[in-house]
Amino acid sequence: MNLDLAQSGDLLQALLPELVLTGSGLVLLLVIAWRHRTAADLRLAAWVTLAGLAAAGAAAWWLWWHTARAIGSPGMIAVDDFRFVADWLLLGTAGLTVLVSFDYLERERLLAPEYYALLLFATLGMLLMVGGDDLMVVFLGLELMSVAVYVLAGINRHSPAAAEAALKYFLLGAFASGFLLYGIALVYGATAATNLSQIGAQVRTLGLGGSPMLLIGLGLLLVGFGFKVAAVPFHMWAPDVYDGSPTPVTGYMATAVKAAAFAALLRVLAESFSDVGAWQQIVWWLAVATMVVGNLIALAQRTVKRMLAYSSIAHAGYLLVAVAARSSLGSAAFVFYLVAYSLTTLAAFALLAAKGRDGERDVLIDDLAGLATRRPWHALALAVCMLSLLGFPGTAGFIGKWYILVAATTARQLPLAAVLVLTSVVSAGYYLPVIMAMYMQPEPSEQAHAGMRLGRLGGVVVAVSVAGLLVLGVRPNRLLDLARTSGDGLRASPAAPAATAVSTPTPTGR
Amino acid sequence: MLLGPSLAVSAVLFALGVAGVLLRRNAIVIFMCVELMLNAVNLTFVALAQQLGVAGQIFVFFVMAVAAAEAGVGLAIMLAIYRHRQTVNLQNINLLRG
Repeated sequence: MNLDLAQSGDLLQALLPELVLTGSGLVLLLVIAWRHRTAADLRLAAWVTLAGLAAAGAAAWWLWWHTARAIGSPGMIAVDDFRFVADWLLLGTAGLTVLVSFDYLERERLLAPEYYALLLFATLGMLLMVGGDDLMVVFLGLELMSVAVYVLAGINRHSPAAAEAALKYFLLGAFASGFLLYGIALVYGATAATNLSQIGAQVRTLGLGGSPMLLIGLGLLLVGFGFKVAAVPFHMWAPDVYDGSPTPVTGYMATAVKAAAFAALLRVLAESFSDVGAWQQIVWWLAVATMVVGNLIALAQRTVKRMLAYSSIAHAGYLLVAVAARSSLGSAAFVFYLVAYSLTTLAAFALLAAKGRDGERDVLIDDLAGLATRRPWHALALAVCMLSLLGFPGTAGFIGKWYILVAATTARQLPLAAVLVLTSVVSAGYYLPVIMAMYMQPEPSEQAHAGMRLGRLGGVVVAVSVAGLLVLGVRPNRLLDLARTSGDGLRASPAAPAATAVSTPTPTGR
Repeated sequence: MLLGPSLAVSAVLFALGVAGVLLRRNAIVIFMCVELMLNAVNLTFVALAQQLGVAGQIFVFFVMAVAAAEAGVGLAIMLAIYRHRQTVNLQNINLLRG
């Protein structure tokens, strides 16, 4: 199915997932306007949200099934497999977050159905971000996502820690947006275009690879994205914000927000700047610093929530390795790793939310002692998550790391691969104590884990995630094929607009 | 006309905004500095749009709308934290550490 984005009918079809999500967001706002007082109303809002996410996922599937592609002059939105796969990941992450939130919101007496509306609009922003083929759309999507997530971080108005997290996230996020925007302005100044593929074509035809304005703009873009993905010199906000936010929101920030920022970064670099070599060095150093610092500081953490926060910084470093490989192998490994990491992290945060009835911030690693005797299934699930984060064979995390390593070595990035392996070994130093505490230490008292309740829907989330991790760890091929075609789509699209008239570019090896 | 000086002024304004964010400790002043950064970028866009076409001017309108939305959310967050701590000075806001 070929869509000419200059025609409004085709454009509406290309935007179908976003439109469906916008529509369901508006419906949800209407529902909330009438029903916002009791716990039943909260559940209603959650189900409406889930329906909206599912409908948007179906719309993305419909486009994917008909192999929708954009023809004609490049438009505001990209229509390729990378966008659809990223859409599914983001919608799925949001859906799992909603399921975790059911019990959490009632337990913490957060009777605020706006929570779900904000979640929905944040997800809409992410879809626009990963689908945007124009820096304008990418920026607007990023802001739509960020503004909604600032509020989500501080949604618990009784908690001083949540307010502090929201303030820090807001100030640093707005600061980062300023850098991103200045970068966009300078890139626009150097190339006279805001469309990603037009920027790429201009850089190629005019030979702008060494233009100082373009390079400064690219650097500022990388700073802005670096803040959003919490790469190391720009990570200061992440542990505090992850620590203070409500745990389901933390899970959402550590997975969906990070995934969306990474996917947008990958698209911008691949489509616009594939002919500018400078960013590879920068990303190389960012990756090394992120892996080393993230893993080393995580070693020193005593509370589970902060440990997971630093671990998510470390994982951003692994993903940057896949970005630095700048090949379609790298993008495939990137997509696979993102899926594995999101499933694992969501399940881990769901279990943490279940454990910390009287404040998840205070759950120490030692507080998990003896969990295996009292709650064997919860302990098993958390153990699988930790092993997958560590990259243990048999889990999806291992396959993901393996493919990142393959991509890095194929791209002759041996030092990067070596740092990845070494820091992964270091990360055993904080993942394994969790398992040791659960399985090898005695329960401190009979009542130590009495309060831990996951709830039915939370159980579904954890079960689905853990089963997914184990299945992907043994049979990764389907997802890998999907990841590979989506990565190819990203590489194939920056053909110059004129080239499409001569011959339709078919990537080899499809 | 005057492309070079306009770009220079906006670069200076942007740098001032960055310096303010890094040096000041009052949340409201920091937020004002962020707004200064955004408006410096707006000046860049408008200056460039004279030669490069209308896209830059359109961008400015989006940036203004986004800045307004950010201001709404940001001031609400600052009110929320003021209710808890009776201050918006970042030096005194230090629950989250470690």
